[in-house]
Amino acid sequence: MKITAKEAEHAAKLAHIKIDSKQSEKLICELEVIARYADMLKDVDTSGVEPTFHGIVLQNVLRKDVVTNNYNRDDLLKNAPDSHDGCFVVPTVVE
Amino acid sequence: MNLYDKTAHELHDMLINKQVTSVEITKSVIERADKTEQILNCYLERTNEDALKTAKKVDEKIAKGKNISPLEGLPCAIKDNICTDGVKTTCASKMLENFVPFYDAYVVSKIKDENSPILGKLNMDEFAMGSSTENSYFKTTKNPYNTACSPGGSSGGSAAAVSAGSAVFSLGSDSGGSLRQPASFCGIVGIKPTYGLVSRFGCVGFASSLDQIGPLTKDVRDGALALNAIAGYDANDSTSANMEKADYTAALTKGVAGMKIAVISDYMQEGINEQVKKAVLAAVEVLSSLGAELSECAIPSAKYALAAYHIISAAEVSSNLARFDGVRYGYRSGSYNDITEMLENTRAEGFGDEVKRRIIAGTFALSAKNFKNYFEKAQKVRTVIRNDFDKALGQADILIAPTSMTTAFALGEKNDNPTKMHESDFCTCGVNMAGLPALSLPCGFDKDGLPIGLQIIGKAFDESKLLTAAYAFEQSADFHKMRAIIKNEAGEDI
Amino acid sequence: MKYETVIGLEIHSELATATKMYCGCATSFGSEPNTNCCPICLAMPGTLPVLNKTAVEYAIKAGLAMNCEITRWGKQDRKNYFYPDLPKAYQISQLETPICVGGHIDVAVDDSIKRIRLNRIHIEEDAGKLSHDTGGGTLVDCNRGGTPLIEIVTEPDISSADEAKLFLESVKAILEYTEVSGCKMEQGQLRCDVNISVRKAGETKLGTRTEMKNINSFRAAVRAIEFESRRQIEELEYGGQIVQETRRWDDAKGESMPMRSKEEAQDYRYFTDPDLMFISVDEDTIQNIQKTLPELPNARKARYIEEYGISPYDAGQITNSKPLADFFESSIKCGADAKAACNWILGDISRILNEKGAEHFEIPFLPEHLAELTQLIEDGTISNTAGKTVLAHLFETPKSPKDIVSEKGLVQISDEGMLKKIIAEIIASNPKSVEDYKAGKGKAMGFLVGQAMKATKGKGNPQLINKLLKDELDSI
Ligand SMILES: [Mg+2]
Ligand SMILES: [Zn+2]
Repeated sequence: MKITAKEAEHAAKLAHIKIDSKQSEKLICELEVIARYADMLKDVDTSGVEPTFHGIVLQNVLRKDVVTNNYNRDDLLKNAPDSHDGCFVVPTVVE
Repeated sequence: MNLYDKTAHELHDMLINKQVTSVEITKSVIERADKTEQILNCYLERTNEDALKTAKKVDEKIAKGKNISPLEGLPCAIKDNICTDGVKTTCASKMLENFVPFYDAYVVSKIKDENSPILGKLNMDEFAMGSSTENSYFKTTKNPYNTACSPGGSSGGSAAAVSAGSAVFSLGSDSGGSLRQPASFCGIVGIKPTYGLVSRFGCVGFASSLDQIGPLTKDVRDGALALNAIAGYDANDSTSANMEKADYTAALTKGVAGMKIAVISDYMQEGINEQVKKAVLAAVEVLSSLGAELSECAIPSAKYALAAYHIISAAEVSSNLARFDGVRYGYRSGSYNDITEMLENTRAEGFGDEVKRRIIAGTFALSAKNFKNYFEKAQKVRTVIRNDFDKALGQADILIAPTSMTTAFALGEKNDNPTKMHESDFCTCGVNMAGLPALSLPCGFDKDGLPIGLQIIGKAFDESKLLTAAYAFEQSADFHKMRAIIKNEAGEDI
Repeated sequence: MKYETVIGLEIHSELATATKMYCGCATSFGSEPNTNCCPICLAMPGTLPVLNKTAVEYAIKAGLAMNCEITRWGKQDRKNYFYPDLPKAYQISQLETPICVGGHIDVAVDDSIKRIRLNRIHIEEDAGKLSHDTGGGTLVDCNRGGTPLIEIVTEPDISSADEAKLFLESVKAILEYTEVSGCKMEQGQLRCDVNISVRKAGETKLGTRTEMKNINSFRAAVRAIEFESRRQIEELEYGGQIVQETRRWDDAKGESMPMRSKEEAQDYRYFTDPDLMFISVDEDTIQNIQKTLPELPNARKARYIEEYGISPYDAGQITNSKPLADFFESSIKCGADAKAACNWILGDISRILNEKGAEHFEIPFLPEHLAELTQLIEDGTISNTAGKTVLAHLFETPKSPKDIVSEKGLVQISDEGMLKKIIAEIIASNPKSVEDYKAGKGKAMGFLVGQAMKATKGKGNPQLINKLLKDELDSI
């Protein structure tokens, strides 16, 4: 399984993790590990097999529509790298 | 025997017989940790004052003649991916270096209900990714049996602390073997409960469909007691099973006569350390001599479990760890020109290599082009694995396998080779894929004196059977009475 | 060359639940930033979602009202993308198993009925809000984050801006009737994205489409569609090509432009959320929800035409708003004449409500007051003109029309002797108009009646004035 630099960089971009060209080389090797895993799985006959999504199969785990919030904003904001006027602050977002 | 070397149930008996106070026990364990920490690095954060306060409260309760619960007054510690109100929860990552939750994980509130003094937070592989605890951003934990060796991982701090006596018991988490493998490396008992038995609320998600919290203890009875404390339905976790609470200690003395036990042949083949294999087979012999019916079984998909496990867990990781974006909490990079750079630099600088590797690999596995052949295929293989285990458990009450193919490996030995490190999960990750309960307990030592772990796997929510078998073996073998001899730099026992 | 426009809509509607989709935070609008938040909706480490039962029921209710099939075994999926208003960096939505499938809404277009098919309705959570800080950064408020939404996706069955507007009005009416959503557009409770393409008339293949976002009112939807279809046609006419892209509608400028942040090809890496269990819907649940469905707008419209004899157009207008239709029916029960009540409601009452900017119709007086008003006019106590004055007062005070009439002295003058005296004076002082009348100029009559009304300060009975004036003029 060959992974191209473009594929590796695209995955890093989607994951929002900055990598430089030196790391890109290494990343390719690492993605080849997971590609090998996928390759191995080709040997397993899964025709007609449904995927397993969960660790347990349950249904209709539902919550009553009742307000239960009892947190104060200071607690919610206290771990924020930057906050102002009760809001989290991020660098300017241009749409 | 020192107080810190004793099990929870032994200490409980001493408490109710007024032979000792909780403060005395807690102080003994704290003092032990003061010594061992200089060598082992189990703790990331210590909360001795809080622990002593709880201990004092328990002593007052006892003095008033009130009844106490089995773990009351017995100091424990918590893996650092489990949220603790007011106490840093870092997941051993730079990303959460200064993160202080203002809520408790479900299991932490249970431990607090129990009045078990909490001594602090335990080291781990960053975000539980790894099998050696070398991936911690802060420090490397060492194996109490040999400080040149890894305690295993990712719950390495949790296992080493119990093994060394710097906590009476501890909590960890297991997504592919992270409780059982360190338990086996450190010569203690680790229980990975059935998926859904213990609430995951407040445990920082690694792979949501695989993660379970469980106890690490010095013996099987302590494991049953700790499981009693933390198991139970939690309406805040949609994957929590709503069922009646069991008393796991009731199962301990039932005995294995007539119990159907099958050894999984696929885990006893190539690659296994001969001494491990010998110890596991010897353990099986012991169970047989106690009346268990032996057989062999196959999990034909076992050799694919690791591949499927790594694809699924990486995919879930990539999504679960996307929230670490430097906006609402955690690390934020100091250098950026715009929002995208802020995000990319924050995540590049805040996460360690292994974490980034898995996030990007998981992103790759989920991306439109690869989804079918990677993630969806792995999920189908997961169904095949599940079916294989179901079939094996249709013929047997419990299954037996080694916990790990080897005993503790040397620090640094595998850390540069992700594939080698992944292989540590070979015998354990299938259980997570199938959502089943499994337990590891000591079943011997190799020629270097390193502990060997026996893995017992059961049907979903049939933890009691695991405990019955484990207890029967333990009582006739005495490995649980062994304690590590920790040497300081000068080579002296501490 | 003639072109036709092909339009599909994606409508996001906030559900009228008390709490968010996955946590116990309130969904109220206009609170201080980040006060309706908790560790779960802020995606704090270790927190987990639990689905709101009412949100599921509301989505099913909306689906039943829009003739959809209800999915019996569904799941929830993660849509992964980074944006600072999305705390988990994934939105929990439904890709493969929307809770409702298919369905349709019938819309009256001119004199015929057009059926607009739905593709699906699924549940998902809303994002937070960004605003710009004077200090140079962007502020993130997560109060709205996690609010339950349904997304209603149509087939590309809409062929004009007008049809789109009629369809949106129908959707809004159904959501209001079923009380599934507050539909307050000014609060963003109903938003729509428009997918639009054009093709040469007669062609069957769909053209390349663009998606327009940030459309916050029906008026904006109409303008955006008109702008975008014109733009695409012009592009093609000049030999250009349509680029498949996401565009942002700028209502102030009246134009759409490509969105910068969407340039990078999207790969949402959808997968089933492992933290959330399956949604299973059985026949009983569907039946029970079906039972709670009220009479829907189209049924009500048909009944109004049948029962009250009002025109299909008026019936459609009035039933488009549940509060107006409810008010209408109550006033009839209190004795109002149906046609008169309909005219008042669609005329002056709607005008005043619009002037007040009350998009969400809240009539401040009682239906019995409208009934009383129509009766006062019918029995000649007050003139139609005085009726308008009474109505204006009804919007301001809690008094009854009768009290307003007597307080303000609005009782109509029907005293022939008094009116004859006034008419005589008017004829005397307007010889030119009298001459015009005699010369057959119809306008003169109107002017003279107006003068008489003015002289009675609007209280004269207009029919009587008309008759007396005509008699007088004809006798000259
Ligand atoms: Mg949507
Ligand atoms: Zn919330």
